[in-house]
Amino acid sequence: MIKNLKRTLSTQKWREGLSGYLFFLPALILLSLFLLYPMAMAFYYSFTDFYLLTPQKKGFIGLENFTYAFSDNEFRTAFKNTVYFVVLVVPLQTAVGLGLALLVNKKLRFTIFYRTAYFSPVVMSLVVVSILWTFLYNPNEGFFNQVLESLGFAKQPFLTSPNQAMNSIIAMSVWQGAGFQMLIFLAGLQTIPGVLYEAASIDGANAWQKFKNVTLPGLKNVSIFIIITITIAAFKLLIQPMIMTQGGPLGSTRSLVYYTYQVGFAYRDVGYASALAVLFTVIVLIISLTQRKLLTEDRG
Amino acid sequence: MNIQPKTNMKLPTYRSMKKQRMAKLVIQYAIMTFLAVIFLFPLIWMLVSSLKSDVQIFKDMKSIHVFIPPLYDSVTAYFSNYMLALERVDLLRYTGNSLIYTCGIILFGLIVNSMAGYALARMDFPLKNFWMAVIIATIIIPAESIFLPLYVLVHNFGWVNTYTGLIVPFIANAFMIFLFRQFFIGFPKELEEAARIDGCTPIGIFFRIIIPLSKPVFATVAIFTFVNHWNDFLWPLVVANDESMRTIQIGLQYFFAQQPVRWGQVMAALTIATVPMLAIFVFLQRYYVEGLTHTGSKN
Repeated sequence: MIKNLKRTLSTQKWREGLSGYLFFLPALILLSLFLLYPMAMAFYYSFTDFYLLTPQKKGFIGLENFTYAFSDNEFRTAFKNTVYFVVLVVPLQTAVGLGLALLVNKKLRFTIFYRTAYFSPVVMSLVVVSILWTFLYNPNEGFFNQVLESLGFAKQPFLTSPNQAMNSIIAMSVWQGAGFQMLIFLAGLQTIPGVLYEAASIDGANAWQKFKNVTLPGLKNVSIFIIITITIAAFKLLIQPMIMTQGGPLGSTRSLVYYTYQVGFAYRDVGYASALAVLFTVIVLIISLTQRKLLTEDRG
Repeated sequence: MNIQPKTNMKLPTYRSMKKQRMAKLVIQYAIMTFLAVIFLFPLIWMLVSSLKSDVQIFKDMKSIHVFIPPLYDSVTAYFSNYMLALERVDLLRYTGNSLIYTCGIILFGLIVNSMAGYALARMDFPLKNFWMAVIIATIIIPAESIFLPLYVLVHNFGWVNTYTGLIVPFIANAFMIFLFRQFFIGFPKELEEAARIDGCTPIGIFFRIIIPLSKPVFATVAIFTFVNHWNDFLWPLVVANDESMRTIQIGLQYFFAQQPVRWGQVMAALTIATVPMLAIFVFLQRYYVEGLTHTGSKN
């Protein structure tokens, strides 16, 4: 009797384990094949001289791709450009997103309209936005130069100047993504209890003190989340320079991912491109781990 | 008599406070409206310019007409840019490709990822915690770091320039599995237990009880997936290099690079590419915002 029961229990457990795997297996197979395996292969290729058109002839060349990267001026420029983009876009987009959230968080009329307006650039794809802004930045007939001219200022070259191209792309990127950050900040603002503001008012705090002592600490976790998300997204910079400037002028807007794409598909040097991809992954990994550390520290 | 001066003093301060509050409100609305113009301007400019001739677009750039649609006698005149753009490139085909690509990923992705999420949330199987850790770790891996080896793999499968090559690699998604798992973990257990006592199999429980009760999370994941992949650029660019397989984003890039650039036609093409996203946000915005709020505040 007991033996029988045990047997049915163990078959039941076995069955449950089986159906668990049945449910999990499709995702596991797909993830292994199309994510984990390519990741491992990127790592492997980075130590070879794999040329896209002759995949059979790849030879092991050790760290050569990596040592080459550090002496490669184009890579250095691409890295510098990307870091410059990240360093400016992250604080600007966070600040604008927070500012917009604070503006539309009050219970005023028409806030829904304003929220929708600020969010509208997110609805357009980066490709669409990049093409639109290339027109706006046009050095001769573009909208911005028309405005500058009618206000009595000199026309600017914008995307056609090595000094202004990256800044122009940054301005557009901040504008495009700020509405998205605004939504997340709004969600964060709603988790701050109103009692805290009342208490601050009773203590005679002014608007700035309330912002500094109640709002900002209340938004700490959301801010970390947003800053890390923007940082990683900014490191992936590709579409804007590809469409607006093709990496130019004089390589001033070529980004890390764009350069990796060119090395892989224009020069067909899969080995070197893989080394660049591995370096890129390490950067993203470090940022993600920093986020996890910052958030767990806060909890503990 | 003593009270009189006091009230006299109080009244103006109250009034000035009210005035001050009004002034603040006016300033706030002025700032909000100014910003709304900045954020909406390119979208409106795109829509309005898609109806104008190139000459008109340039002429209107200097005045308020930049926001105002033109007045034509016939209805067909409004769509001349659209007609000409469609003649030059097959934008409808590209849009169709994008829809097949995104909807394919959504459809298979919802099934595969929800099942995996459910298994991780509710079922007991060997190495479960290990796989959970693997899923969380893979969320970090960006598509940008694997696109080359993935291309080599898909090329070896003979999937270049096929819908299979576009769709299959992105069906399983660690982040979506994680979202599903978080949702199912908070699901009340009683219903499943009752069904099990009634002799329902795990598969039956999932398809007959869990799925019908989880519509919001399915909607959220579907919209997230749509938004992500509708905007995809790098993967369609490398794997769908044949003209007939291009997605709308890639098609736009090629159209924009074609000389001579016809501004009105490009605006029409951009509008066509934006309409599906616009439709999603207009009709399903609630699920998107809810999902965003959830992931944003929980993370």
